[in-house]
Amino acid sequence: MRENKHHVPETVERLLDSTLESVESAEELALSVAQRAGFDDDDLMRIGMAVRESMVNAVVHGNRYSDHKKVRFSVSHSGERYTIRIADEGEGFDFNALPDPLAPENLMRTSGRGIFLIRSFMDEFKMRRRDPTGTEVTLVKYMVSK
Amino acid sequence: MSVKLSTRQVGDVSVIDVAGRITLGEGSSALRDLLREMVGKGQKKILLNLGDVSYIDSSGIGELVSGFTTVTNSGGELKLLNLNKRVKDLLQITKLYTVFDVHEDEAGAIRAFA
Repeated sequence: MRENKHHVPETVERLLDSTLESVESAEELALSVAQRAGFDDDDLMRIGMAVRESMVNAVVHGNRYSDHKKVRFSVSHSGERYTIRIADEGEGFDFNALPDPLAPENLMRTSGRGIFLIRSFMDEFKMRRRDPTGTEVTLVKYMVSK
Repeated sequence: MSVKLSTRQVGDVSVIDVAGRITLGEGSSALRDLLREMVGKGQKKILLNLGDVSYIDSSGIGELVSGFTTVTNSGGELKLLNLNKRVKDLLQITKLYTVFDVHEDEAGAIRAFA
């Protein structure tokens, strides 16, 4: 059961370094807002993991741990909608070229499950190229499932 | 809490008790290093007890797959023990649950090794 006792809109934004510490702090921030929004433990786990996977993509695959590149992170909730945005400054990649991690030939791969897990755990997932460079992902979770 | 790994021997089976988080970075590399070390020492029967694992991400799942492949390719067997609901759910949605030999009690898992 999801609870929805708290309706105070909230937005938190951060400009983060491209480090694994930033992955941890983004996850903590996202979870604290989600907790105040009233998500239950199962949804908190799903949100935490989706944020972690998205942040790892931004820090590791996008910005490649560069000291000169930042990750723009924001989390907000308003009404039934809880939204995370994560933007990196990397070179971007072809989303359509991602192999299906559930295909028999890919099952034993040691990587390539991150975006699949994000899609599984969130109600909406969008990716777009940023101008002039980088990738922005938007993750949305609803207090009441669509 | 990052990952904590401890090993013990039950007959000819090496049991690795894993506690904490298996995530990108220290958590997943520690498990990878330990499994490779054990395989390097010729250990063929390895039981991974995940009962105290609080969190695992896609990198951690990748390390389980990598460990399974490493042990299997060396002619050994890797089995999993005591998955909590979240780890079990993750392995199910990634279709890996049936790839691993998963057990709920240690004695049964030990007996299941050839």
